Amino acid sequence: MNQVASTNVAPSLYRRSARWLWIAPAVFLVLILVIPTTAIILRGATFEGFRDVLNNSTIKQALWFTAWQALASTALTLIVALPATFVLSRFTFTGNRALQALITVPFLLPTVVVGAAFLAVLPSQLHYTATALIVAHAYFNLTVVVRIVGARWEQLHPGIEQAARTLGASPFAVFRTVTLPLLRSALATASGVIALFAFTSYGIVRTLGGPGRATIETEIYTRSVLIGDMPGAIALSIVQMIVLTALLWWWAKRHRDTSESPQISVAQRSPSTRGQIALVYGIALATAAVVIAPLSALVWRSLTRTTPGATRFTLSGWRAVTSSTTLSAISTSTLFALCAMVIATVLGLMVALGVAYGSPRFVWLERISVLPLTVSAVTIGLGILITYDTTPYDFRSAWMVTPLAHSLIALPLVVRIVLPVVRQIPRGLQSVASTLGATPLQTWLTVDRPLMSRAIGASAAIAFAISIGEFGATSFLTRRSSETLPVTISRLLSRPGDALRTQAYALCVIVVVISMIAIFLIDMLRPSRKAK
Amino acid sequence: MLALTDITLNYEGRTILNTACLNVARGEIVSLVGPSGSGKTTLLRVIAGLEQPIQGTVVIDNKLMTGIPTHKRDVGLVFQDNQLFPHLCVFDNIAYSLRIKRVSKALQIEKVNEMLSLIGMEDLARRDVGQLSGGEAKRIAVARALVANPLVLLLDEPLTGLDAEMHDRLLDDMGALLRARRTTVVHVTHDHDEATRLSDRVVDVRTLGQSGVQLQ
Repeated sequence: MNQVASTNVAPSLYRRSARWLWIAPAVFLVLILVIPTTAIILRGATFEGFRDVLNNSTIKQALWFTAWQALASTALTLIVALPATFVLSRFTFTGNRALQALITVPFLLPTVVVGAAFLAVLPSQLHYTATALIVAHAYFNLTVVVRIVGARWEQLHPGIEQAARTLGASPFAVFRTVTLPLLRSALATASGVIALFAFTSYGIVRTLGGPGRATIETEIYTRSVLIGDMPGAIALSIVQMIVLTALLWWWAKRHRDTSESPQISVAQRSPSTRGQIALVYGIALATAAVVIAPLSALVWRSLTRTTPGATRFTLSGWRAVTSSTTLSAISTSTLFALCAMVIATVLGLMVALGVAYGSPRFVWLERISVLPLTVSAVTIGLGILITYDTTPYDFRSAWMVTPLAHSLIALPLVVRIVLPVVRQIPRGLQSVASTLGATPLQTWLTVDRPLMSRAIGASAAIAFAISIGEFGATSFLTRRSSETLPVTISRLLSRPGDALRTQAYALCVIVVVISMIAIFLIDMLRPSRKAK
Repeated sequence: MLALTDITLNYEGRTILNTACLNVARGEIVSLVGPSGSGKTTLLRVIAGLEQPIQGTVVIDNKLMTGIPTHKRDVGLVFQDNQLFPHLCVFDNIAYSLRIKRVSKALQIEKVNEMLSLIGMEDLARRDVGQLSGGEAKRIAVARALVANPLVLLLDEPLTGLDAEMHDRLLDDMGALLRARRTTVVHVTHDHDEATRLSDRVVDVRTLGQSGVQLQ
């Protein structure tokens, strides 16, 4: 069937109704994002204050540590992920797809859970060290390399490498002189993304970092919530905003430059020689083990208690899960996630429809809906905390504020998923429907809505998963009466005592299961290539 | 049945039709021919209300259509690229307009089955539209537009892209079907031979305007 949309770009059928769609998302973004970040900038924008803060030795140390751990995390991620990327993009083998999916799992887990999993799997000498932190960051970001570099690697024609071989290059020389230069741009993009994540890492650092291992993000938390040094916290979040905006700007520019039309993968083949089989399955199994180990350690540690000299089996951690505090955390998290899911999906849908069908001037709406990405979750939390703490209405202590912050964080992703799908719906289908007597509303309900229902479902699941695991903004906004699961886990892990730990691990297992269900739904609902 | 008066059209900033007039009688099949870019398709879209002319009026069944949205005009339009709804099966594509008009289930089934047997595709009712051949998809697109008995049926290059044998067979079938139902048709094509075989009257779109040629 011919898929060309009608060539004449007439104003959309929905232009009239789309005119009003910008209002709700714009009000939301102004209230939850623009006003709070402006408040931060206004309060912190004195040069002297800035200088004092940046001269503070603890803060200097945090800045330095943030930067070098981000670089080290990036390097380690590349080292661990490249063999797996090679195997996954170059060979077809039993379990290829399963391994791809498995490597995605850590990235989708709540960061606090990733931190907890490394407390569970690493020997206690390594707890609260820079090494633990860097290893956990590498674990979390494996999939970034596999996806970005793998996509490029798959497209390299094997003929190029074979040509180099016939010209006398050894396999290693081929890699160094041909493959690596061709992958350079993808490697740089992936490194940029990983560095960004490591730079703004918060949940993992709070769980694994410990004293003296503060990053900008955790230092903002310590200063604003624990020691009450607001000017310091504000100055740090301004630094963070500047760095993030610069990194994202660089990344967006680079992304535009290097965007290539997708090609069909030509390079994949089955491993043929014995050596290849050993190499492929060896790397695949080792990578799978690396991904699975911390998760199984979580399960194991939720069922055991270690006393000096002995490890014994216990269900006390799981029994404690049924205590009223943890049950209330589970119900709070579920309630927040459901609210965030509805709000983010509805607002994201309004943005997507407004941009796709409204007047061309609505492009600004798409641009500002990406803004939450340039502000870290911690900054969003801090901003709301300092903006809405006074009369007329103490919005900060309303329970709704946390799911609203979660919706803000999920919004850019929802727009990213839904907007391309809306844009791909051929205008001709809408014209046909109206010649067949459908009103604009009937057309939307009978043509557009069914064509985008999978995308809507996938974004709802993503918003749910983000909210369940969100820790950065939540840790600023949470109240004792309405703790979420990540906050409870973090609190249990920060207190001494093996019993509390066992309980935290049990909760982590629950969060992993909930996230897995959400991830599974996302995968099922991902817009298929056929449905256009 | 259909009267176009003084229609002026712009396309990408350039006037492609100037004060064009056309009258089509009830049950008449008129073919509009002309090279690409001469405004044939745009004229069909104006009749359907999908586009607004710079000036001029469209009258269908003695009713002035100015300001009347597409869905209230009671026209059928068969697109060059069919535009079958990809999420609906063959049956549901044809039943679409009946469903929109809240026609009873029983009548829907009756009418759609009647259309399916007219186009000889009874056994494909539950087929996914992605699995149809070009000729089959075209028949469905025509059936979908005809099932609600529109006052005017607009055909936009309906047979483009089909192989020669299919083109000829469909042309004959379609002509017979439209005549049997006494449907009023405006047919757009760049193929003179197709136009003469299908229609009662062939009009070159370039003669509609400027010179003030009135075609009755």
